[in-house]
Amino acid sequence: METVVRRLGVWALVLLASIAAIALTPDKGFAIQMGIVALVAVILIIATATTYDPVARAQSIFRMPPGPSRYDDDVIRWGVIATMFWGIVGLLVGVFIAAQLAFPQLNFEPYLNFGRVRPLHTSAVIFAFGGNALLATSFYVVQRTCRTTLAFPALARFVFWGYQLFIVLAATGYILGIGQGREYAEPEWYVDLWLTIVWLAYLAVFVGTLLRRHEPHIYVANWFYLAFIITIAMLHVVNNLAVPVSFLGSKSYSLFSGVQDALTQWWYGHNAVGFFLTAGFLAMMYYFVPKQAGRPVYSYRLSIIHFWSLIFLYIWAGPHHLHYTALPDWAQTLGMVFSVMLWMPSWGGMINGLMTLNGAWDKVRTDPIIRMMVMALAFYGMSTFEGPMLSIKAVNSLSHYTDWTIGHVHSGALGWNGLITFACVYYLAPRLWNRERLYSLRMINWHFWLATLGIVFYAASMWVAGITQGLMWREYGADGYLVNSFVDTVAALHPMYILRAVGGLMYLSGALIMAYNIWMTVLGKLRDEAPMGDTPHDAAADTPIARPLVTEPAE
Amino acid sequence: MSKNAPQSPPASGAFESHKKLERNVTLLAAATLAVVAIGGIVEIAPLFYIDNTIEKVSGMRPYTPLEQAGRDIYIREGCYVCHSQMIRPFRDEVERYGHYSLAAESMYDHPFQWGSKRTGPDLARVGGKYSDAWHVDHLKAPRALVPQSIMPSYSFLSDTELKVADPSASLTALRRVGVPYTDADIAKAATDLKAQADPEADAGDLGTRYPKAQIRDFDGDPKKVTEMDALVAYLQMLGTLVDVNSAAAQEELTKDAKGGGGK
Repeated sequence: METVVRRLGVWALVLLASIAAIALTPDKGFAIQMGIVALVAVILIIATATTYDPVARAQSIFRMPPGPSRYDDDVIRWGVIATMFWGIVGLLVGVFIAAQLAFPQLNFEPYLNFGRVRPLHTSAVIFAFGGNALLATSFYVVQRTCRTTLAFPALARFVFWGYQLFIVLAATGYILGIGQGREYAEPEWYVDLWLTIVWLAYLAVFVGTLLRRHEPHIYVANWFYLAFIITIAMLHVVNNLAVPVSFLGSKSYSLFSGVQDALTQWWYGHNAVGFFLTAGFLAMMYYFVPKQAGRPVYSYRLSIIHFWSLIFLYIWAGPHHLHYTALPDWAQTLGMVFSVMLWMPSWGGMINGLMTLNGAWDKVRTDPIIRMMVMALAFYGMSTFEGPMLSIKAVNSLSHYTDWTIGHVHSGALGWNGLITFACVYYLAPRLWNRERLYSLRMINWHFWLATLGIVFYAASMWVAGITQGLMWREYGADGYLVNSFVDTVAALHPMYILRAVGGLMYLSGALIMAYNIWMTVLGKLRDEAPMGDTPHDAAADTPIARPLVTEPAE
Repeated sequence: MSKNAPQSPPASGAFESHKKLERNVTLLAAATLAVVAIGGIVEIAPLFYIDNTIEKVSGMRPYTPLEQAGRDIYIREGCYVCHSQMIRPFRDEVERYGHYSLAAESMYDHPFQWGSKRTGPDLARVGGKYSDAWHVDHLKAPRALVPQSIMPSYSFLSDTELKVADPSASLTALRRVGVPYTDADIAKAATDLKAQADPEADAGDLGTRYPKAQIRDFDGDPKKVTEMDALVAYLQMLGTLVDVNSAAAQEELTKDAKGGGGK
C-alpha cells in the first residue's frame, strides 16, 4: 500500500509540473507536448490507484504465454509489436512524402507540409522502427548468450515505455513545428534530456546483464550492442548541447555555430548510421544468422578485426557530408580517406555473415528467412561499397545535394536494416509466443519479393534522378551559359519521383503482409499450406511408361 | 574443410590477448569508448582554434530580432530539408547562386543551416535577388509563379501574427552561446522586432546597431507584423552582409588560399 501511495505521489507531481508548464508557457506546441506528458501521468495515476495490473493486462492483450519463462521476455514481446507498429507508420509516412514530391497538391499546410513530415518519416523509421528492433533483439540476445535473465527487470520496462514516450514526443513535436533544425537530431532540448535518461537506463540494464553472465566470454554480438549503446550516448549528448530560451518553452539554440556546428552535426549524423544502423544491426546479424542457419560464425578472428576496425574508422567519416563546403580541406580529405578505408571492415563483416552459411547454402532455396538474411547482407555489401564511392570528392561533387544520396540511404535502410529486422522478427515471433511455427512461410516469400522489387524500383529511380539532377545543374551550352534553370531540373525528375513512390508502396505492402502474418502467429493460428521448397512424391506419376516410345523419322 | 581450419590451432598473439577484453565488461567498454572518441576529437577540436574557421570577415553582424524570428520560422517549417545554404566553389554554382560561401558567413548561425539536399535551389545568397512581393506571392502559392515547382504553400504565414514569447530572452540565449549582442540590443529587442517591419514605428538606432538592416514592411500589409514579414526579412538578408566581391575581401581570400589560413 505504501508503495502505491508513493507512486501516486510521484505521478501527481509529474502531472502538476506538466499542468504548470501548460499554464505558464506562451508556446502552443510546448503546451501540447506537456499535455501528452500530463496524459501519461493521468493514465499512470488511474493505473496505480485501481491497483490495476498493467502487465497482466498487457499479457492478455498481447496473448503472452502464461507463467514464468526461463528468460525475461515480456519487454521483448512488446518490442517486437512496437517494431512492427512503428515500421508500418514510418513506411506509410515515407510513401506519403514520396507522393508529395511527385504531386505537391498533397501538402496540407501547415501541419502536413513536407518540411514537417519528412523528419517524422526519418525518425519513425530510424529511431522508432530501428530503435525498437534494437531494444528487443539486444535484450533477447544478451540473455541467451549470457545464460541469465535481465539485470534490472523494472528498469528494462522503464526503458521500453520511456523510449515509446520519447518517440511520441518527438513525432508530435515535428508536426507541431517543434524542432532544432538538425537532421536526424530534430527533437528539442527537453525530449533530448528525456532520451538521455532512458538511454543511460538502457546501458545499465545491458551492462548489468553482461555482468551477471554465466559464460566466461562475452559473445561478439554483445560487443556490437555495447559499442552501439555507448557511442550513441556520446554522440547524442555532444550533438544536442544547446541553451533553451526558457525552461517553459520548446525553443533552444545550439551551443555551436557555423563550421563547428556543421562538423559536430555530421559527426553525429554519419555515426547515427555507423552505430545505430550498422553496429547495432551487425549485432543482430552475429546472433540471428548463425542461429537460423544452424552453423557457427564463419571466423572468430575476422569478427575481432571487423569489430575494432569498424568502430575506429566509422567515427572519422563524418566530414564526407561536407565536401567542398567551408569546412577546411584537410578535414574533408580525412573524411574521404577514412570513408574509403571503411569499405574493408564493412565487407569483412558482410563476408563473415555470408560465409556463416557455408554448408547451409541449400537453405537459401528452402528457408525464406535465410533468404531474407542473405539479401540483407547483399544490400549491406552494396551500400557499403556505394558509400565510400560517393565519399570520393570528385564523385561527391556530382552526387551531393541530389537524390543519389537518398537512393544510397534507402538501399542501406530498406535493404540492410529493413530486411535483417524483418528476418529477425520472423525468427522471434514463434519462439516468443511459444508457437509451433509461423502462421505462413509462403507469405514470407511474398514479402521477400515485394520488398526486393520495391528496393530495386526505389534505388534505380533515385540513381537516375540523382545523376540527371547533378548533370543538368552543371550543363553548359555552346554559348558558355548554363543550360537549365533550377526548375527545369525539378520538372525532369517527376517520372522518377512517381517510380520511387511505387517502389515505396511495394515495400510497404510487403510489410503489411508481414504484420498480418506476425499477428496471426501471435494468435496461434497456422495457415494450411504446402511446405516451402518440398517436391512431394506424386504416386500417380511414379509408374513405368506404358507405351514404348515411338521414334519418328526426321522429315 | 579448410574454411574451419583457422579455428582449430590455438590463436596466437593479438587474438590470444583479446580474450582479456572478452572476459571483462569494464575493459571492453572503456576500450570501445577510447577507440570511438579519437576520430571526433582529432577532427572537431581544431576547428575551434584554427584561423580560417574562426576568422572574422568584415560586414558580419548578429541577426536582428526580426531576422532571427524569421530564421526560427525557417527552422520550424523544415526549409532546410529541401534548401541548402552552402554554395560550393564550382563554376556552375557560383554562376547560378553567387560567390561561394565563406565559413565566417555562418558564424552566428545557431544551428547552422547548410543543408544536405537541393530539392529546391540554394538560398545562401537569395537576399535581394527577388522583390519582397515575389517572395510573399511565391510563399503563398508557389505554382502561381513557378508552374513546375513542387514546393508546399505557406499562405498561413501572412495570416499569423508574429509572436515571439520574449524577444529579449531569445537574444539572451543566443548571447549565452556566443553571439555578441550588446546590452542595448537585448533591452530593445521587443521594439526592434516590431519596428523593422512597421513603417509607422520609429526604428531608432536599429540601423546603426545592425548595419545593412533592411527596415520596411515586407509582407505588403503594413497594418500588422506577421510571420511572413519575419521570414521574408530573413530571406532578403541572406548573403547580403559580406561584400565578397570587394577588393579587400578578394585579397583576404587569396592570402588564405596561399598561406593555408596561417598567420
